[in-house]
Amino acid sequence: MSVFPYLVAAWVLLMGLFGVVRSRHLVHTVVCVSVTQSSTYVLLLAVGYQKKATAPIFGQADPPGSPVVDPVVQAMALTDIVVSATVSALLLALVIQVAKRHGTVVPDELHALRG
Amino acid sequence: MSTRTRLLVFAAGALGLGAALILAMLRIPDFGNDFHPYRDATVAEALHRHSPNVVSSINFDQRGFDTLGEEAILVAAVVGAATLLRRTSQPRPPRPAIASSSRPPLLAATRLAGYILLPVTLLIGADVVVHGHLTPGGGFQGGVVLATGLHLLYVAGDYRALRRVRPLVWYETGEAVGMGAVLALGAAGLAAGTGFLSNFLPKGTSGHLFSAGTVALFSCAVGIAVGSGIVVLLAQFLDEYLGADEGAR
Repeated sequence: MSVFPYLVAAWVLLMGLFGVVRSRHLVHTVVCVSVTQSSTYVLLLAVGYQKKATAPIFGQADPPGSPVVDPVVQAMALTDIVVSATVSALLLALVIQVAKRHGTVVPDELHALRG
Repeated sequence: MSTRTRLLVFAAGALGLGAALILAMLRIPDFGNDFHPYRDATVAEALHRHSPNVVSSINFDQRGFDTLGEEAILVAAVVGAATLLRRTSQPRPPRPAIASSSRPPLLAATRLAGYILLPVTLLIGADVVVHGHLTPGGGFQGGVVLATGLHLLYVAGDYRALRRVRPLVWYETGEAVGMGAVLALGAAGLAAGTGFLSNFLPKGTSGHLFSAGTVALFSCAVGIAVGSGIVVLLAQFLDEYLGADEGAR
């Protein structure tokens, strides 16, 4: 069972990509890109986990020296979430422009670039 | 490319990627093991610099340069979205205004909850930003809480009130100020002779508000930038959706 969380990350990644490939709506595509990206959170947090350890924030309940999980991957996941949110917003703005210019949001109906 | 060919190409690629991932995952250290050299190094360094929140210490001190790049991505994405959604020179035919009588009435409870939670949420957001080096939180999380808290006004059904407390110019400026403050903090480190974005201020005592050197300042700068950035971002989408007129900005 010790590889199960990693396999979950791989599964989420592949399912996100599968969703992008068979997408019929550009908003659906953007959501699938977010799903794909969220697999990295699972992988990062799984890599940094340690059994019976707490969050890497010391206080009265957890004095310095108590076992904590890896804070480096948590900082990376935090970075990842912020970037993911803003990139989704940018992609959705692109979708709005595509809908305005081409009158469709179905990827298969978008053929040529138009200025 | 037909849907069928595309799925076949994807299946081949996914099989390859999946096999490679599984092969790699079988060989990385077991889930939940206790060998984390980076953790040991960063925790020791964070405690040395009196920042009990190790994640904040990494984000705003030990790997501050990364955070600078990340904030640049955020600013770039906000500018990009604002550019894409800006009003074109040809004004669209105005969306037929929904008469207030034809709208379903907003539940009084929703309205009340919105107005009561607004100050509470803003307070929590500010608390999360300012205490980023001590308790869970930091500039990114607190900035998002602040920005979404402001939009409780929209949930409470008062878009005009939201626009009154949201002159977009302030938030566009706020975003630039936040980004500039991070750069200024980095330059101050250079001027102090310790290096770009180094923690050059006195570290104080662990657990006090004024401790951990530049971590709290960096966190506040990021909080301002993230909060303003998200307000600007949401404003573009709200204006797009509600078809607001340009002059009222």
